[in-house]
Formats: sequence, structure tokens, C-alpha cells
Amino acid sequence: MIAAIAIGVCAGVVAGLLGVGGGVLFVPGLVIFLGLGQHQAEATSLLAIIPVAIVGTYKQDGYGNVRRHDALLMGLLSIAGAAAGVALANALSGTVLRVGFAALMVLVALQLVRKALDDPESADSPRREVSRENRPTRDDSA
Amino acid sequence: MRADRPVAPSANRALKLGVIGTAAGVFSGLFGVGGGSVIVPLLVLWLGYGPREATGTSLAAIVFIAAFAAATQGAYGNVHVLDALLVGVPAVGGVLLGTWLQQRMATRSISLLFAAVLVASAVELLVR
Repeated sequence: MIAAIAIGVCAGVVAGLLGVGGGVLFVPGLVIFLGLGQHQAEATSLLAIIPVAIVGTYKQDGYGNVRRHDALLMGLLSIAGAAAGVALANALSGTVLRVGFAALMVLVALQLVRKALDDPESADSPRREVSRENRPTRDDSA
Repeated sequence: MRADRPVAPSANRALKLGVIGTAAGVFSGLFGVGGGSVIVPLLVLWLGYGPREATGTSLAAIVFIAAFAAATQGAYGNVHVLDALLVGVPAVGGVLLGTWLQQRMATRSISLLFAAVLVASAVELLVR
């Protein structure tokens, strides 16, 4: 139970840092420490995500980081997408889907790394901006 | 298809947001996750969002996805409410710490950390 609480805290930190729901930690945590099956863990994780996402959104909105109209549009369309996803999950081979998505995620990760490393300003933390004010910036309009 | 300008033309922008939202929903329906691992990188790579805005906006969209998906799964009797509370309540404390910490990190660190978690998620998807 202590382990479940600890993994909950970690999932929350990851959610706050990275803007994900925390399911990536909730699901294995529920399976390993609370003995749920994979399917029940996924379903239970979705409920745990709700308060995390609400509080995280509230805090990020306070920092000016939430674009509300964009979030609303994505949120509403994602509901239709989710219904399609459930239908697809039943129609297609699970293994093919998982391997396909895993490959896609690794490709996206590589693109993110490339973009971050290409942008010299991204290394500046908000608190250190002043000391790096005069650094030359590269033209990245290509 | 990378957006290098912070603000893309509005019809194009709405279309991309629609695609991202739908893709996040499909991913969520398929694999039972919130969809943030789809939303955040696509907002950064397609719409030129900064990592902080991408993560904040992603959390707001996740509220819709998770609420809908949890309600659907709840109707099938798959949701264990007490277990959800056991991990979810500590996680609310965690998200306060995480958002606070994020405002003090370089955006590059956020992106690199995100990429690492994406790769970890890909591995998790393969071994489950």
C-alpha cells in the first residue's frame, strides 16, 4: 500500500512536469502493487487521472500555460476519437497495434530531441534568462 | 509538417487541433491512457507550442478524455474506485509539485524528459 501511494506521488509529479495524465505509472502500479488485471488497471487509472488533470490544469492556468479554446476543441474531438479507438481495438490485432504505436512513439521522441537540441534558447531556464541575454541566436526559420 | 511560426493560419490550426484531439482519443480508447503522450509532442512539433504551454493545454484536454473514458469503463464495472483513490489522491500532491518544478526548468529539459518517458511508454506497450 505504501508502494501504491509512492507510485501515485511519482505519477503526479510526472503528470505536472510533462502534461500527461500519469497513466504510464498508474497502470503498472495498479497491476504490480494492488494486484489488478491489466484491463481493470487501465480503467481504474482513467479515474485516478481525472483529479490529477483538473488540479494540474488549474495550476498551469495560473501560470498562463493553458490555451483554453485549443484544449476544449481537442477534448471534445477526442471523445469521438476514443469511441473509434475502442472499435478499432476490437477489430485489429493487438500485437500489430502495440508494435506500430511503440515505433511511432520512438520516432516522435527522436523528433522532440532534435527540435530541443536545435533551439539554443531552450537551454535557458526562466530564472537564468538575464545572464544569457546577449547570447547569439541562430536563425531557425529553415 | 512542422510549424515554425508560433501562430499558424487559423483554419489550418483548427484542423491540426482536430487531428490531434481525435488521435489522442483513439490512442486513449485503444490503450487506456489519457492521451497526453500524443497531445504534447504534436502541439510542440505541429503547432509550435512551447513545452510549458503544450503540457498545460494537454492536461486540460485530458480532463475531457479521462472523464469520458472512465465513465464508459465504469459502466462496464471495470473501475476500482478505492484503488483509484489510493493512487490518485497522492498523485494530486505530486502534480502540485510537478507543475511548480516545471516552471523552474529549462524548456529543453522538459522536452528531453518527455522524449525519455515516450520511449519508456513504448517499451511498456511492448511488454504488457
